[in-house]
Amino acid sequence: MFSQLKPALILLLIFTVLTGIVYPLVVTGIAQAVFPSQASGSLMTQNGKVVGSQLIGQQFDDPKDFWGRLSATSPEPYNAASSSGSNLGPSNPALTSAAEARIQALRAADPSNTAPIPVDLVTASGSGLDPDISVASALYQVHRVASARGWSDAEVQALVNQHIEGRQFGFLGEPRVNVLELNLALDDYKP
Amino acid sequence: MNPYNWFQLIFYFVVLFLLVKPLGLFMAHVYQGERTFLDPVFGPLERLIYRLGGVRADEEMNWKVYAIALMVFNVLGLLAVYALQRLQGFLPLNPQGFSAVSPDSSWNTAVSFASNTNWQGYGGETTMSYLTQMLAMTAQNFVSAATGMAALAAMIRGLARHTTDKIGNFWVDLTRTVLYILLPLAFMLGLALVSQGVVQTFSQYQTATLLQPITDASGKTVTTQTLAVGPAASQIAIKQLGTNGGGFFNVNSSHPFENPTPFSNFLEMLSILLIPAALCYTFGKMVGDTRQGWAILTAMTVIFVALFAVNVWTEQTGNPAIAKLGVDIQQSDINPGGNMEGKEVRFGVANSALWATATTAASNGSVDSMHDSYMPLGGLVEMWMIHLGEVVYGGVGSGLYGMLAFVIVAVFVAGLMVGRTPEYLGKKIEAYEMKMASLILLIPVFTALVGTAIGVLTPAGQSSVLNPGPHGFSEILYAFSSASGNNGSAFAGLNANTPFYNTALGIIMFIARYWLAIPALAIGGSLARKKKVPAGAGTLPTHTPLFIAWTIGVVIIVGALGFLPALALGPIVEHLMVFAQ
Repeated sequence: MFSQLKPALILLLIFTVLTGIVYPLVVTGIAQAVFPSQASGSLMTQNGKVVGSQLIGQQFDDPKDFWGRLSATSPEPYNAASSSGSNLGPSNPALTSAAEARIQALRAADPSNTAPIPVDLVTASGSGLDPDISVASALYQVHRVASARGWSDAEVQALVNQHIEGRQFGFLGEPRVNVLELNLALDDYKP
Repeated sequence: MNPYNWFQLIFYFVVLFLLVKPLGLFMAHVYQGERTFLDPVFGPLERLIYRLGGVRADEEMNWKVYAIALMVFNVLGLLAVYALQRLQGFLPLNPQGFSAVSPDSSWNTAVSFASNTNWQGYGGETTMSYLTQMLAMTAQNFVSAATGMAALAAMIRGLARHTTDKIGNFWVDLTRTVLYILLPLAFMLGLALVSQGVVQTFSQYQTATLLQPITDASGKTVTTQTLAVGPAASQIAIKQLGTNGGGFFNVNSSHPFENPTPFSNFLEMLSILLIPAALCYTFGKMVGDTRQGWAILTAMTVIFVALFAVNVWTEQTGNPAIAKLGVDIQQSDINPGGNMEGKEVRFGVANSALWATATTAASNGSVDSMHDSYMPLGGLVEMWMIHLGEVVYGGVGSGLYGMLAFVIVAVFVAGLMVGRTPEYLGKKIEAYEMKMASLILLIPVFTALVGTAIGVLTPAGQSSVLNPGPHGFSEILYAFSSASGNNGSAFAGLNANTPFYNTALGIIMFIARYWLAIPALAIGGSLARKKKVPAGAGTLPTHTPLFIAWTIGVVIIVGALGFLPALALGPIVEHLMVFAQ
């Protein structure tokens, strides 16, 4: 046993340095040189101020903005320093009450809309940071956003259409709309 | 499943199977000590490592020395991970100023990463310094995966050789696995992931000004968002390739910085099964009959596709309790539909279910959606994949040596039924091999069920449960199953960062890793000593559809006998409850 101790110690040390320091440093060096924006968090800036990341959602509950997925992070939703899902099981009453609360808020903000609500709008994302909603969920909210801003549905609809991200390479994943980018575009839009 | 989902599934399997032969062949060269095209890059480094470590590369070991080397290396790795966590407050590369991790959590994480389980009681971005993530997590991701692959290579040599007691040199297998297989693959995957938006930086956490200020749980106004970043891509690449699964961030690969796009999701999902599947070809090549490898790969794939079908069907059907509220759960071109709780929109239902099935089949344990929020039968598939012994592809190395144990049992039982002497690849299967194979089959069943029983009977076990009713039982069963299968995924509602779970799961992960690896080496050592019996008229061929079906049967029957009663108390009861209303 003791004859194996020396190679064990030395190989552990070598591989810890090689895979734990050299490898991440080399990947970081190349990543920062070739993909600087992606490697640093795909940050979006306006007037020199960081307003968020393209990849990380933010919480919206104002009728004039599009709303995203429910977020189970604490102490506030969309806390990107502490990601978390709800982990509520399918038979847990807390799951249905969370969905009911969201449904009531949506209905209260737009009483004229009686369409069924797309499921991703009443359920919490896995990360608590999902930046996207489905196209159906964006379309569902068009009328509310338009009336809150005093614009026509067609104008908001057009903005939504511009922000639909299709399946990657035409076939991977699901089509979706980035909520933060859409809301930033709404604020920039001059009717 | 719409046509897009079908196409993605088929595309996934086509790419996976196209890679099996080239990668499998390459790995066979690596384990047979042959030159590869990477020799000019890593050859000098390989020889330097042997010289510094005092390793005589041409000196092979018998199985006992091999096992001792493996254990000494892994225990030292475990101690290093423990020490790094306890001391991180005094060490550099800690921009968030995290203090020492608690002793019980450090123990749990140390066993978890050394044993290739990568169960996580902690949240990465709120607990671990960059240095700990790199030196402890990333480095162990490499060497724990290489440990499993080395043990497999040794066992295969036992099958391929005859009348010798030598089954290879652990230090050589370990070194060649890291240098020639894992590092190059992880390097390429890491950069590909960064191109999609996975973060790779040493800067401190970023701050963004929120577009809309919000109030937190205590009523305070929050105007900024802190974005946790770090050297994630390099770690995620190896965590996917090495069937490790321990995330950089708390929510693993559902985090947009860990898995930002459908393409990153595809690459990470492909990496889960890549090496375990290709090792089947490596096995066939090394025993001189590639049909044997394809037969095992076929058996694995049949089980996988059947259980994936159940998972995706149940998730796409969705939750009737949600549908009743006036919610549209019908899948369409613009609505993912189904059960979206715990899932990300960019992946939708089909990709999440495919990942969940693959990660539990392969003892990877990374997740891109929250398993705790799956429909009862979806959760059942994930648990049962673990219960089948992590042999449907399974962990890198460990999956195939586990599957070979099942094959040995299948050969033995078939031999008894027809009155033939059981033999596999020209080696007589006798009492000793059967005893060792039985240990490999039964130890995880034992630890999972006994652990669950202790968990549900003690206040310390019960108090961590999040969900009421049978789902709470499922959370405990999942935790002990995950540790027993060295999987690492969780029904994460369970608060596992308690002294009880940290200690109990740590002990089980240790047993389930090494009390399986050592019998696997023992089988290799015992078979290596035997003479090769030429195949005769009475030999049962082990590459035919009949034998494949028979092996599947043995895997399913052992898994069902062990766990159906427990599953009936958890997901099956919950399914009846959810759909009875």
